[in-house]
Amino acid sequence: MTELLGVYRPGRTLLHRTGPGPKLAFLALWSIAVVALRGPVASPIFVAVAVVIAAWSGLRLRRSLRTMRGLLLMLTLIAAFQTWQRGVDVAIAVVSSLLALFLIGLAFTATTAADDLLNTVERLVAPLRFVGLRPERIALAFALVLRALPAVLEVARETRAAARARGLDRSPRALLVPFVIRVVAHAYATGDALAARGLDD
Amino acid sequence: MIELHSASVVVDSPDGPITLLHPTSLSLTEHRIGIIGPNGSGKSTLVRLINGLVLPATGEVLIDGLDTGREGREVRRRVGFVFTHPDSQLVMPTPLEDVTLSLRRSVANKSERRERAREVLSEIGLADRADVSVHALSGGQKQLLALAGVLATEPELVVADEPTTLLDLRNARLVAARLFGLRQRLVLVTHDLDLARRCDRVLVVDDARVVFDGAPDAAVDHYIALAEATP
Repeated sequence: MTELLGVYRPGRTLLHRTGPGPKLAFLALWSIAVVALRGPVASPIFVAVAVVIAAWSGLRLRRSLRTMRGLLLMLTLIAAFQTWQRGVDVAIAVVSSLLALFLIGLAFTATTAADDLLNTVERLVAPLRFVGLRPERIALAFALVLRALPAVLEVARETRAAARARGLDRSPRALLVPFVIRVVAHAYATGDALAARGLDD
Repeated sequence: MIELHSASVVVDSPDGPITLLHPTSLSLTEHRIGIIGPNGSGKSTLVRLINGLVLPATGEVLIDGLDTGREGREVRRRVGFVFTHPDSQLVMPTPLEDVTLSLRRSVANKSERRERAREVLSEIGLADRADVSVHALSGGQKQLLALAGVLATEPELVVADEPTTLLDLRNARLVAARLFGLRQRLVLVTHDLDLARRCDRVLVVDDARVVFDGAPDAAVDHYIALAEATP
């Protein structure tokens, strides 16, 4: 389910050919607009535009929907809660905004190679070198977040399956404690892997 | 040459210090070194000393004369490390991006980097999987990709910590064939005694000590006797 998240899909679309810098700027402006203009009419329009952009980026929407099953379930729960607490208009605005942000994020990762992203972020944060920070490290951390998302979701899925196998799927402790431990272990392992490739210096 | 001079590894715990490796002195010059021993005996600690992932509490570790503590960066450029669990080692979403990451230090030009990454993937037999999600790879393909990520940095020595333990027979043989076909020196931790027999020299590690060091057949016999003697 998580395998498509954060994965670059090579292609020749305009989005693929656009540099990560302009796309990052668009992502920031898009996020601000989605939050600032949210409403029962504007937010679904953002979703419609996001669907067009995602399709334009070469994402196969049917496969993407399969990838997003967990997210769609979560959005359904949020919609139900918001409808109950604050009414249908707010529920539509909140759920549509989240969906619009997620779809554009998916389009961004699908059309941006990690290597290009690293180069761009490294350039953007280069001035921080003067205050003692290492741009290449910041860029690497940024790129690793993309990889971490599906990995953490995978850990969550495995932890839930392990708890279910022992009949403990209703115990928050049986889910949360091993999940946190495994995520921290994954972070250590990633650190070791980077160090082993000489990327920690 | 790999040299350990009275190198030991000790970690702190709430119950006091725990010795993961007692002071060990070794000089390894052979092309293929095998390391065998029970789980938790100290094999992984020993090989992690070799590329500076673990630093000695006492003594020193030298790789071709370079100290892993003082010259860790240079040591890690020379020593590639393949982990047991490939998922730990693959840090980018697709094989091409993962190998490209390894090349960021050595190849400045972006398109050259990507071209070289494709070459490395082709050499390891993963050319047709370059752009798929790493999650979509089989266990054997993931381990080969981890090896590709290491080989891309052109190390002079490859350390592999139980690289075939999690693989089925076919994939284990595939990964072993690649490892034994390397021109680089190889240090291989393994539970596969057939692989150990193919090395030039084998160390047996037990209870945080190197308890045997010698010819492969004699080392394997020693390890089997050790396993049979342990209740």
